Amino acid sequence: MPILETKGVKAYYSTPLGYIRAVDGIDLTLEKGVILGLAGESGCGKSTLVNTLMMNVRPPLRFIEGTIILDGKEISSMDRSMLKKNVWGVLVSLVPQSALNALMPTQRITDLVKDVVMHHMNVSEQEVVSMAKKRFEELNLEVDTLYRYPHELSGGMKQRVVIAISTLLNPKLLIVDEPTSALDVSTQKQVLKMLVDLKRAKIIESMIFVTHDIAVLRQIANWITIMYAGKIVESGLADDMLNHPKHPYTFSLVNAVVTPEPEVRNRGLASLPGEPPNLLDPPKGCRFNPRCPNAMEICRAKEPHLEEKSNRLVACHLVFP
Amino acid sequence: MLLEVKELTKIYNVGLLRRKEIIAVKDVSFDVKPEMFLSLVGESGSGKTTTAKIILKLIKPTSGSIIFEGQNIEGINTLKDLRRYWRNVHGIFQDPYASFNPFHKVDRALGQAFTLLEGSNFDKESIINEALREVGLRPEEVLGKYPHELSGGQRQRIMIARCYILKPKLILADEPLSMIDASTRAGILKLFSKLRDEHKTSVIFITHDLGLAYYVSDEILIMYKGSIVERGPPHEIIEKPQAQYTKRLVEDVPLLYKKWSGF
Repeated sequence: MPILETKGVKAYYSTPLGYIRAVDGIDLTLEKGVILGLAGESGCGKSTLVNTLMMNVRPPLRFIEGTIILDGKEISSMDRSMLKKNVWGVLVSLVPQSALNALMPTQRITDLVKDVVMHHMNVSEQEVVSMAKKRFEELNLEVDTLYRYPHELSGGMKQRVVIAISTLLNPKLLIVDEPTSALDVSTQKQVLKMLVDLKRAKIIESMIFVTHDIAVLRQIANWITIMYAGKIVESGLADDMLNHPKHPYTFSLVNAVVTPEPEVRNRGLASLPGEPPNLLDPPKGCRFNPRCPNAMEICRAKEPHLEEKSNRLVACHLVFP
Repeated sequence: MLLEVKELTKIYNVGLLRRKEIIAVKDVSFDVKPEMFLSLVGESGSGKTTTAKIILKLIKPTSGSIIFEGQNIEGINTLKDLRRYWRNVHGIFQDPYASFNPFHKVDRALGQAFTLLEGSNFDKESIINEALREVGLRPEEVLGKYPHELSGGQRQRIMIARCYILKPKLILADEPLSMIDASTRAGILKLFSKLRDEHKTSVIFITHDLGLAYYVSDEILIMYKGSIVERGPPHEIIEKPQAQYTKRLVEDVPLLYKKWSGF
């Protein structure tokens, strides 16, 4: 049984001008033990999708339709109080993009820990603190950090602390949204190492990692899903997909990666022209067609659906005519 | 020599009761030749931005000097001279949104560039349109819009379009790509090389991303804790790093075709 399975999930932002279709018909299956890398340009709906996957949907975002099954439970039909009690923090934890700034400046880290744990478990404050100490030791974080205020910690340290606290209750699925985009490369590597260690120590079972940095995904993801304008355009095994991208959008994303290595130097610098579409009124047919170098007649008329061939899912008329 | 940075040091005094000295930049020296693409690479807090601010005459160094075209910039005191200096040495910063006034259309940011130019008889409209096309923007797509209506990439391209109007001798770009989507970084990076190739503009490119610096630089300076720890042509830095810090930096860059060990 997969840890997460969604069918036809749609979540739109409701605005006076109409719906912004940020998540528009997502079918996603995440097998147990997999690190899924979710990539795409800014504004393609990655962050909205991961929030929707755990049913953290609040106005102006609206859950339109679809089913989400997490660890065998249909969470798309649960109400908020039920989710808070039985799902969030216990089955799935999300470290949002702005987590570094979300720490309360006047509270010590221990206060945050108590807040998180005592919401779910009936334990004393001492027990919570000793639980956190044990976990920090396990993850090679200085236990001292627990007694500090957020401003005393560096960006990378804050991020590791937030991740450690989010996983205190051993959620089966951890979702991290752009955890390293604000960090320099050396700090980034420490955070990535910690995420891999969390899984190795079986503290978490599976992970969804959101980023626009494809080279980072190569380092940690087993499976990669590419999103464009609210839809999944390609999904597959990480190495296979980055070596042989099939969708023209994936191809240009991989081609835009700038890393200091011979393969990349030989192909030169390339970047994707144009801007992503306005999701209030997405293009007809394939949403990528206005920017696609291979667009055909049919791409402007008919929307392609995700189809599978040898462990790869692609939504493209060129690949599946 | 276009720009000479000589033994630059900047010390900040912080704290009210317990005074503490923070050495932000320590004895930094380098030269920028005409048409040179120089990158300053290092992690947060390595002193890159402080160095840039001193070169732009936004802050004063504790000691050391900046010589631009043979003249020590300490001697620039009047607003008129300062404007002429900024016309020649143009800064581009990390957050393109912060460079715009959110209440005015982007046209104004472009129009204001002309106030730095000498003379007054410009065909502003056609110069602006031409500059926008140079940076890969369609004038009708961006003119008449407010900064928040554009993407980060479009905003940064507009800031570079100003360089096509001003034709500075030196562009100082401080992390111009770190807030830009990975898929558009290469395109914007190419604009700096294009300015160098077509208008012989020198560029000082400040970044923490060794990958980006590797492609476009003639020389890379690696900064760590305020000092330059290594300098050389890009391929030597990547293939044969000497300093301990450079070695670590090169190892920590995630690659597309090679995985880290232990992951």
